[in-house]
Amino acid sequence: MINLSIHKISTLLKVQYSNMLEYRVEIALWAISGIIPFFMLNIWTNNNLNESINITNTMLSRYFISAFFVRQFSVVWVVFTFEEDSLMGKISPYLIQPLNPFFRYLAQHIAEQITRFPFALIIAFCFFIFNSEIFWFPNLFILLLSFISTFLSFLIQFLMQSIIACLCFWTEKASSIERLLFIPTLFLSGLLAPVVSFPEFVKSWIYITPFPYLIDFPANLLSGNPTNISGGVTMQILWILILFPLFKKIWSEGIKKYTAMGS
Amino acid sequence: MKLSKYFKVYTKFFYTSLASELEYKTNIIIDLITANLSLIGSIFLLSIFFQNTTDLGGWNFEQALIIQGIYTILNGITNTWFNPNLTEIVNHIREGTLDFVLLKPIDSQFYISLKKINPSGILEIIFGILLLIYCIKINEISINISFLILCLITIGCSICILYSLWFLISTTTIWFVKTWNATEVLRSFLYIGRFPLNSFSFSLRIFFSIFIPIAFITTIPSEVFLSIAQIWKIILEIVIALIFLFSSRRFWLFALKYYSSASS
Repeated sequence: MINLSIHKISTLLKVQYSNMLEYRVEIALWAISGIIPFFMLNIWTNNNLNESINITNTMLSRYFISAFFVRQFSVVWVVFTFEEDSLMGKISPYLIQPLNPFFRYLAQHIAEQITRFPFALIIAFCFFIFNSEIFWFPNLFILLLSFISTFLSFLIQFLMQSIIACLCFWTEKASSIERLLFIPTLFLSGLLAPVVSFPEFVKSWIYITPFPYLIDFPANLLSGNPTNISGGVTMQILWILILFPLFKKIWSEGIKKYTAMGS
Repeated sequence: MKLSKYFKVYTKFFYTSLASELEYKTNIIIDLITANLSLIGSIFLLSIFFQNTTDLGGWNFEQALIIQGIYTILNGITNTWFNPNLTEIVNHIREGTLDFVLLKPIDSQFYISLKKINPSGILEIIFGILLLIYCIKINEISINISFLILCLITIGCSICILYSLWFLISTTTIWFVKTWNATEVLRSFLYIGRFPLNSFSFSLRIFFSIFIPIAFITTIPSEVFLSIAQIWKIILEIVIALIFLFSSRRFWLFALKYYSSASS
């Protein structure tokens, strides 16, 4: 039983990895498009804005480069693939197989992240060449922990998008809802500014939402900025526990609604 | 006359694609909320920067809002016209349907750049204009004819530069076939147009004015708004816009020579 599922997982990953390797250039470009944190860092340090929030230049730089890494490995696009597959009727053959199609998408994402890894390293390397004093190496425990929390952040986003993707069964075009969700993710997750710098009236409620755990928490962890480790991981797991049953429910409801389209 | 023919064709494009987009009515409402939230988010980010400082690269908060307004208008234009059309080029080339476009008795660049329209971006344009009107009020800008003309000229030039950037990148699809993500790279670079050019370090400033002239797109029109733009900057922007438009045209004609139809 366990052997069989390991076999399934490795086959799925292998297939998707070779699939993704075909689009190396595209993935490289995509990695480049994630450099917004560096521009933001430039604004912060160039105007000495970090002094007001009591973070040194070095620590802020480390925060933003960690945010870059976390973002690279938690990008989710399942709704766009699913929307196309469902509009074109491509998911009909997947539904016959004894495997939930979302496992296929999950494997696609993980394979894409593996393909993306070297490109992200190159970009970070270029950054460190120009700013060698910022280089640091976290200890193995922290590294492992931030790897886990980045993966949890990826899972939260994957579940949120999968729930939205399931809305395709009702509305056919779910990507506009995804764009709506992307706005708070962009501004509140800490990609553009660390959550510590937010005004008090936002900070009072933001930690209940899933957003700061998407980028801010793993990035703080990786960069060595102060953060509540056990609280952060707990919140991440809690959000997964909330979202997963919701996804299962909406999937089983939606699948009844599905009418095959296309030829 | 040729021009009136193009005008007539364009009105047809406009109505047909508007009709097909209006089929998804809930989408338009969701897009309205998205555009609204996006503007609130950008102003929120700007207010974080200004929490403990009064100037960002020489701009105070009220002045920086002008840049935000112009960015929102340009972003709306991108979402209404450039994005839906120019991402279509990828499909045209991949599926070989560019053949049908080339066979039509109309200019292919015109057809490819203006065929579709996405009405949700229009809301962003309206929001941007409202924000600009508010900025004119809080910055106590006096409006006269020459001010209006200069504003329209510089914003027009920005639109031309923006269009050319999108079009140049989309044209490279003829060689690389898949460049969806190249437009993503451009999009992320355009993101910095929300902030005044002077708030970046010197090296980035050079990069964003020489290699990718994003700096010109929002900063110069905003300076015109505040009547602090030097005349040479305005002339420079006009020259750059012309160069970009011209080269996008030449590049398209050049790329077409390499187009080999796909499909079965």
